Amino acid sequence: MAEIQENSDSGKRGKQKKFNVRVDFTPMVDMNMLLITFFMLCTTMSKPQTMEIAMPRKDVIDDDMTLVKESNAVTILLGRDDKVYYYLGRLKEEDYENPEKLKESNFSGDENSVRALLLGRNHEVVQRIKELKTRKENLEIADSTYKKEVTEVKKNKDAPRVSIKASDFSNYKNLIDALDEMHICNIGVYAIEDITAGDLRLLENLTGGGYEKQTETEVKQ
Amino acid sequence: MSNKIKKKSTFIDMTAMSDVTVLLLTFFMLTSTFVQKEPVQVNPPQSVSEIKIPETNIVSVLIEQNGKVFMSLDKQPDRREVLQKMGEFYKIEFTNEELKKFELLPSFGVPIRGMKEFLALSTEEQDRMIMNYGIPCDSLNNEFKEWMRNSKIVNKDLSIAIKADHATPYPMIRDIMNTLQDLRENRYNLITSLKDMPEI
Repeated sequence: MAEIQENSDSGKRGKQKKFNVRVDFTPMVDMNMLLITFFMLCTTMSKPQTMEIAMPRKDVIDDDMTLVKESNAVTILLGRDDKVYYYLGRLKEEDYENPEKLKESNFSGDENSVRALLLGRNHEVVQRIKELKTRKENLEIADSTYKKEVTEVKKNKDAPRVSIKASDFSNYKNLIDALDEMHICNIGVYAIEDITAGDLRLLENLTGGGYEKQTETEVKQ
Repeated sequence: MSNKIKKKSTFIDMTAMSDVTVLLLTFFMLTSTFVQKEPVQVNPPQSVSEIKIPETNIVSVLIEQNGKVFMSLDKQPDRREVLQKMGEFYKIEFTNEELKKFELLPSFGVPIRGMKEFLALSTEEQDRMIMNYGIPCDSLNNEFKEWMRNSKIVNKDLSIAIKADHATPYPMIRDIMNTLQDLRENRYNLITSLKDMPEI
């Protein structure tokens, strides 16, 4: 494709002819464009996000969760049709008939939501993390100190301890949403736990969603 | 000199253009990670978590809406070894050719008994068939557990990533999590897509 053009005005004899060497790059550009298109279509520019979780070992019973002060315990139940419920403290015998015990909630962020509840109960921690964040943004503290401080702050004794219990009728999105709220509200200690017969009875009694029936097979397993 | 009108050359210099395209091409070649072909379409739920997944040494578990499970290993030599180990465990002999074919599969998810027949199919047929299968992971026949156990034996630096569809019912997720817990794999990543952190 290289084109050698004779200079038109080189009339004189004896002098060496000047050659203008120009290479036509058009096909090269064509090819490159094709390759670029190929790479653009075949790549993922952003890596997917992940959420890291650590589950407790099965053979070790975690005392941390079982010995929680009752006033700090929050249990979130994931029910049917993306419904979310929570109750505070532990379940007692009289609670099964008490319609006040179980409250319906959501993950939206309004005043009824789990977020409002947890932010309210975790007020002190959230406030201190906010302060740390502004200090980090003003470059007063380094990133590593910030992280250390945050873990320290999250150890607050009065912060809520959340158990997330998903019923068989919830889906993966509900679980991720619940875990997300833990991140948003800076909850230090939370766990995904198996739903107990008591929780199901409470759900059944207060919402009548047919929770108990289907789990009998599960319990046997 | 003649009086003829000079012929103007219509030659456009493409050198600069070529420079630009080569630059762009280099950029794309260096930054690209190829889209992994997945046997089923999975829409992960959104979360505010901003942690990135590690680059290499991942074993990813794909859970589809109806609870079918697929797995993929990112290193080809690992795949080969894992299949060999699985063959030993289930007393199935895989030929060299079958191992080679398995090595090239981006993800796998057929019951081990049907693996031989599956590997004998052509690539197009495999793509079509794989979505009907899935690795069995119920309590009676937990092949998923064996796959995971052997993967970990072959490459102990593997980190586990679970990518599940947002509509997957919780019991299926729980089965997988319980299996991982049985294997004492207590740290793993849940793949999500990003959403903005709300103001609090």
